[in-house]
Amino acid sequence: MSHAIFEERKDQIFEKVGDEPFRISCDKQSLAGAVSQRACTFCGSRVVLYPIADALHLVHGPIGCASYTWDIRGALSSGPELHRYSFCTDLGETDVIFGGERKLARALDELIPRHRPQAAFVYSTCMVGLIGDDLEAACRKAEEKHGIPVIPVMSEGFKGSKRAGYYAACKALFTLVGTGDTDGTPPMSVNLLGDFNLAGEIWIIREYLERMGVSVVANVTGDGRVADLRRAHGAALNLVQCSGSTMELAKMMQEAYGTPFMRVSYLGVDDMAQALYDVAEFFKSQEAMERAKELVRREVADIYPRLMELRKDLQGKRAALYVGGAFKAFSLIKSFRLLGMKVMLAGSQTGTQEDYQELASICEPGTVIVDDANPLELMKYLIEKDVDVFVGGVKERPIAYKLGIGFCDHNHERKLALEGFVGMLNFAEEIHATAMSPVWRFMPRKARPALKVAA
Amino acid sequence: MKTNLAEKRDYVSSTNACKACMPLGACIAFKGIEGCVPFLHGSQGCATYMRRYLISHFREPLDIASSSLGEKEAVFGGGPNLKLGLVNVINKYQAKAVGIATTCLTETIGDNVPAIIKEFMAEACLEGSRGEMPTLIHAATPSYAATHMEGFHAAVAATVKQMTEPVARHGGVNIFPGLVTPADIRHLREIASGFGIAAAVLPDYARTLDAPASSEYQILPQGGLPLSVIRKMGGASASLAFGWTPDSQRAGQDLHDRCGVFLHGLGMPIGLRQSDALFSALEEISQRDTPERHSLERGRLLDAMADGHKYLASKRAVVYGEQDLVIGLASFLAEIGVQPVLCASGGNTPGFAERIEQVTEGLVREPVTALAGVDFYAIAQLAGEMQPDLMVGNSKGYRLSRELDAPLVRVGFPIHDRFGGPRLHHLGYLGAQELFDRLVNALISKKQNDSSVGYGYI
Repeated sequence: MSHAIFEERKDQIFEKVGDEPFRISCDKQSLAGAVSQRACTFCGSRVVLYPIADALHLVHGPIGCASYTWDIRGALSSGPELHRYSFCTDLGETDVIFGGERKLARALDELIPRHRPQAAFVYSTCMVGLIGDDLEAACRKAEEKHGIPVIPVMSEGFKGSKRAGYYAACKALFTLVGTGDTDGTPPMSVNLLGDFNLAGEIWIIREYLERMGVSVVANVTGDGRVADLRRAHGAALNLVQCSGSTMELAKMMQEAYGTPFMRVSYLGVDDMAQALYDVAEFFKSQEAMERAKELVRREVADIYPRLMELRKDLQGKRAALYVGGAFKAFSLIKSFRLLGMKVMLAGSQTGTQEDYQELASICEPGTVIVDDANPLELMKYLIEKDVDVFVGGVKERPIAYKLGIGFCDHNHERKLALEGFVGMLNFAEEIHATAMSPVWRFMPRKARPALKVAA
Repeated sequence: MKTNLAEKRDYVSSTNACKACMPLGACIAFKGIEGCVPFLHGSQGCATYMRRYLISHFREPLDIASSSLGEKEAVFGGGPNLKLGLVNVINKYQAKAVGIATTCLTETIGDNVPAIIKEFMAEACLEGSRGEMPTLIHAATPSYAATHMEGFHAAVAATVKQMTEPVARHGGVNIFPGLVTPADIRHLREIASGFGIAAAVLPDYARTLDAPASSEYQILPQGGLPLSVIRKMGGASASLAFGWTPDSQRAGQDLHDRCGVFLHGLGMPIGLRQSDALFSALEEISQRDTPERHSLERGRLLDAMADGHKYLASKRAVVYGEQDLVIGLASFLAEIGVQPVLCASGGNTPGFAERIEQVTEGLVREPVTALAGVDFYAIAQLAGEMQPDLMVGNSKGYRLSRELDAPLVRVGFPIHDRFGGPRLHHLGYLGAQELFDRLVNALISKKQNDSSVGYGYI
């Protein structure tokens, strides 16, 4: 176990002991052979654009890239559900030799008339980057032919980490922004960036904003629509959650259209309330502020008694979290604090130097901070820190369960809304359900084996 | 019907694939070797995507290493990263073997993996710092060439080819079961041991992919076919290989050709007749009668077939999945009076339709439409016209089953929307029994739910 850390990765892990200066190395290519929990550039683009429900998402590449991303996120739509199909050019051996452009053109000719999407995103994969298909030219031709935007997403898997894919997705999104009519956009209006409507969360946030008198122009990209993206530049403000994935788009919009942006988080009571207050503050609207305060009062009053009940059981328990982007980690630490729990391990796949700096500043001594971890490191700290609940995604789940530790899915596959005030209560219920289960008492780590096993 | 079909399939795009890619299958197969870490030579995403896909089915930690190639390596070659990755995996996992599968990236740039491995071994020996070197197995699995099924067989065939040679006869028997569940593998081992046969099941992920709770996180889960056993497969008295596709027979054929191990090429032992063929082969190999335990299983299966036949009579089923699984299921469904109206596979091997016709001959009332190399778009279009009563296949057909209001009996891989997929049985009389009960119950449940009566007896 003492060998769990690769020499090359030592500077990507930081254990906060006291007030020592913070240092961590991050934003690096994953170490070969280290079983990183990270995905690739293609994955980054695919997850960001995925929830645009009236667009055709065509993977130009071999079948695996499409199969593994079919219906991968529980991103809900209030209308069309074209995003839940998995389209692919299914490149074969002959395409490697002769190129895939003709197949791509034909696939678009088949799929666009069949599904009548508002736009098409064509994702480049490793293979396409290598065989040298001119994706941009192919898309341009299809666009002329079919009269809808056909947007190349330059997401060759090997180009970098997931973060590079976020950037490619933002560039693709930006080609749509500014192409629609902004007439009639209310002055107090925002775009929601970086929420993917997993378990219907964007609807919760929109409802809060509407109660304050703030309109939402475009969801980027949960429950997303092409027409809304086209007129997104009409909004007065961009609210950016999950800063890793859509911050670049916010920056591009600020530069091109002067749209200011604000970083927010909808996770946890403090951050959710702060987000609403910040919006009211931005619009300098006394009325919106009053409404926000009233909203927070009511919502918190609704959930508080039950939260405190749950806290009684959870007080003093120890948590670990490993998430995609670091922004989520900040809110989770605060949420755990509200539940009386201590965070012993906080890590992310794609955090930046500033993210980790901030993370370190809000963590208590004894917390381990890790960038781009792998199963060996995660299990080392889960055991060493005697953790009760681990928060992560599907790949982290079996690590927790095999060790006899509770788990909460905070990633693509969750079916439970975790944002907003109601989301905080759901989160607390989920943590309670897993941490307090009687099953852990019988696990080998806690109990002696009941049977004598013959050698 | 023929023209109609041709018209509908006249497209190149894939919509909702009924297949995954080759390296995924290779990773599953490599998990069936003791102390082996699957290693994908390609970009980081492949390993992560496949881990997620596999974990959602097996609910087990599934460490798959990657050479994590970036843009630079895609241009200049992935050799150095492959070597560095191997060093890291061998050191951290104390791996006894590493199963290296290529991806579309490294196949397209033309990395010569066997040569890189050779270099690596030579360099490692020169350093002389390490003790015993692990076994390095490599399989060529370009994602674009075929499906996860062919990738699985490619890894098994590569293991046999690279690790075996003619050795002294030892009377053991090799079993190449194909892509079956951990529960199926356990059952196969029990069947063989009942005949007094020492069976080497390759791959054997019965424990590695369905591991008990443990007090310590095991870096590498226990289980898998030991390397020492694999090395002796060339001395077995016979091999059994399940499946009708040529790929399913490759490892067994290779052992036959190089080491003279007699090959019993069987179909997937699903249902009565195919299981009979398995037990006959075991009787022949062991020169023993089938143990009473299994003849009783067979008797109970027949009894259940009589008790339950009317629930199934003339029901129409859509069956899809890997080629050999679908053929085996079609064979069984025909035996129990269910009409397989459509048999479909994302894999594309010649002779699929002919084989379906052969295994259902004389038992079905109408010809079976069998399609290889199709996606769920094609399956949905055809299934819609065929008014099926039920579907049999993996989780990926769930949405279609919902649209058609035809219950889905989940079998095979992947099962992402139900619990316990790895513990399902498909093979032998026991597997047929379990499958039979589930098929009948799916139809009873549908009838009960569709009726306003609230039947308590049915």
